[in-house]
Amino acid sequence: MSQYLRSYLTIAFLSAAAFVLVGGTLGISRLVRPRKPSPEKSVAYESGVDPVGTGWSQSQIRYYIFALLFVMFDVEAVFLFPWALRLENFGVFGLVEMGTFVGIVLLGLLYAWRKGVLRWV
Amino acid sequence: MSFLAAVLMQVTAPATDVVDAAVGGIGEITLPAVQWRATAPIDIMIFGALVLLVVAALARHTGWVHRIYVWATCAIAGVAGIFALNYSSTARNTAKPAGAIADALRIDGFAIFITVLICCAVIMATLIADGYLKREALNGPEFYVLTLLSASGGIIMASANDLVVMFLGLEILSIALYVLAGSHLRRQESQEAAIKYFVLGGFSSAIFLYGCALVYGATGSTNLGEIASYLGENVFFHNGLLVAGTMLLLVGLGFKIAAVPFHMWTPDVYQGSPSPVAGFMAAAAKAAGFAALLRILFTALESRRLDWQPVIWVLAVLTMVVGAVLAATQTDVKRIMGYSSISHAGFILIGLQAASANGSSGALFYLFAYTFIVLGSFAVISVVGGRGDNAHSIDDYRGLGRRAPVLAVLFTLFLLAQAGIPTTSGFIAKFGVIRAAADVHSYAIAMIAMFVSVIGAYAYLRIVVAMFMSDSDPGSDDGVEVGSGIASLVIPFATKIALAIAVAATLFFGIAPQLLVNFADKALLR
Repeated sequence: MSQYLRSYLTIAFLSAAAFVLVGGTLGISRLVRPRKPSPEKSVAYESGVDPVGTGWSQSQIRYYIFALLFVMFDVEAVFLFPWALRLENFGVFGLVEMGTFVGIVLLGLLYAWRKGVLRWV
Repeated sequence: MSFLAAVLMQVTAPATDVVDAAVGGIGEITLPAVQWRATAPIDIMIFGALVLLVVAALARHTGWVHRIYVWATCAIAGVAGIFALNYSSTARNTAKPAGAIADALRIDGFAIFITVLICCAVIMATLIADGYLKREALNGPEFYVLTLLSASGGIIMASANDLVVMFLGLEILSIALYVLAGSHLRRQESQEAAIKYFVLGGFSSAIFLYGCALVYGATGSTNLGEIASYLGENVFFHNGLLVAGTMLLLVGLGFKIAAVPFHMWTPDVYQGSPSPVAGFMAAAAKAAGFAALLRILFTALESRRLDWQPVIWVLAVLTMVVGAVLAATQTDVKRIMGYSSISHAGFILIGLQAASANGSSGALFYLFAYTFIVLGSFAVISVVGGRGDNAHSIDDYRGLGRRAPVLAVLFTLFLLAQAGIPTTSGFIAKFGVIRAAADVHSYAIAMIAMFVSVIGAYAYLRIVVAMFMSDSDPGSDDGVEVGSGIASLVIPFATKIALAIAVAATLFFGIAPQLLVNFADKALLR
C-alpha cells in the first residue's frame, strides 16, 4: 500500500470505530430495555407540555432572522479566534485588517438595525 | 500485532504534526505588500458602496435623497475608472507589471481595460435604474450598492492572477447579481429569475471551483503565471487531470458568459430581472466572465492551446447559431435580447478561438462596444416596459414609431448595431473578430459567423418592422391604447443621459474606432 493511501487508514479506522460505538450502544440498549408501548410514549416530546397540532406545522419566519444573524456572527468568530491566538505575529497590520473586517460586519448590523430587521414583529 | 502498531503510528503521527504546526510551526508570517494605487478602483467601489449603505441606513428617506444615490454611484464608478486610467500610464512605463498583492492580482493593461468597461456599465445601468426604480416605487440604495459590489467583483475577476482570487471575484460578482435579479419585489417573474440564476449560478461556481482543484492537482499551483511556467517546463505523460480541469473551468465560465450549452438560464433571467439589471448582466457580467476566460486561456494555458482551441471552436459555433436562431423565434423583446446576448457571446468566442493578438483585441473591442449597445437597448426597453415592467412583447412595440419616435429611432440604431450594420460600433466589432479568424486561416468559422449575422439581423429587424411598419394592435380599441401609451412613455432625465452616452459611443466607435482599437491593443495579455 502506498504511503498516500496509508494515511487514509486513519479515517477508515475512525469511521469504523464510530460505527461500532454507535451501533453497539444502540444495539445493546435495544436488547436489554423492557418494551411496554403506550400511546403517550409515541407523542412528540415538548418539554412536558402536550403538543398542539402536527409536527409539520409552519414555523415562524421571524426566527429566520436570528438564524441569519447567528450565521453572520458565527462566521466572524471563525476568523476571530485564530487571529486572536496569533495576534502578536500579525502585528499592527493584522489589527487593522481585523478592525476592517469587524467594522464591515458591524456596518451590516447597523444597516439591518436601521431597516427594522431586529424589531420583534 | 505489528500491523496494529503500524496503524497506531498512523493514527498518532499526523496528530502530533498538526499540533506542532499549530504551536510552533508558523513563527514567521510574511504579509504581502499591497500596492494601494493599483487596487484603488476596487477599493473605491467597495468603500463607496459601504458608505452609501450606511448613509442610506441613517438618512431620512425623502425624495431628493434618492436622486443623490444615483449621482453618488455615478461619481464613485467614474472616480474608480479615472483611477484605473491614471494607473495605466504608470503601468505602461514598466515593461512587465508586477502583481498588486503578492502576485494574486495583476493590474495590467488588460485589467484596466475591463475595469474601465465595467465602470462605464455601472454608470449606464445606474442612470437607467434611476427612472426605473422611481416608476416602480422601489426607491432605496440597495440597487446602487449591489451594483457597485457586483462591479468590484467583476474587476477582481478581471485582475486576478490566481484561480482562487478569480473564484472570489466570481462569487462577489454573482451573489450581488442574484439579489439584483430578484430586486423587483412585487414581480413574480423577478423572484423566479433570481432563484433560477442562483441555483444554476451556484452550480456553475462549484464546477469552476472543481476545475481549479484539478488544475492545481495537475500543475501544483493556482497562480496563473506559475501554472504557465510549470506547463512550459514539464511534459505530461498523462494529461487527463489537466484537461479535465481545463474543461471544468470552461464550463464554469461558459455559464457566466452564457455560451451554449450552458445558456439555459439566460433568456429566463433576462426576461424576469428588472430591465436595468438585465442590461448590467449582459454588459458587466459577460465582460468579467470573458476577462477571466481570456486570462486563464491566454496566460495560464497558452502552451496547451491544442487542448482548448477545438473546444472553443465548437462552443463558438454552437453559441452563435443557437443564439441567433432562437432569437428569431421569440416574441418577447427581453427574451430576444437574452438570446442575442448568447449569440454575441459566440462572436466574442471567435476572437478567443483565433488565439492570436488580433483575436484577443477583437474580443475586447467587441465587449466594450457591446456594453454600450446592450445598455442602450435596455434603456429603451425599461422605458417602453411601462409601469409594472410588463410590456415587453413585440406587440407592445407595434406603432412605437408613432407613439414615441425618439425611442423608436434610438432602439433601431441599437438593434442595427447589434446586427452589425456599418457606421455602428457593432460592425467594427464583428469585423474585428471575423478578421482575426480569417488571419489564422479559420475560414469555416468566419463563414459561419457571417451567415449567422444574417439570421441575427432577421431577429432584430422583426422588432424594427413592428415599431415602424405595423399599426398598434389591430382590432383592439386603438385610441385609448395609444393615448395611455403616450402618457406613460416619458423618458426620465437620467435615462436620457444614458441614451445619449450609448448613442454617442455606438456611433463614435463605429465611425472612428481607432481610439478604442488602440486601447484594446494596449490591453493584450503578456
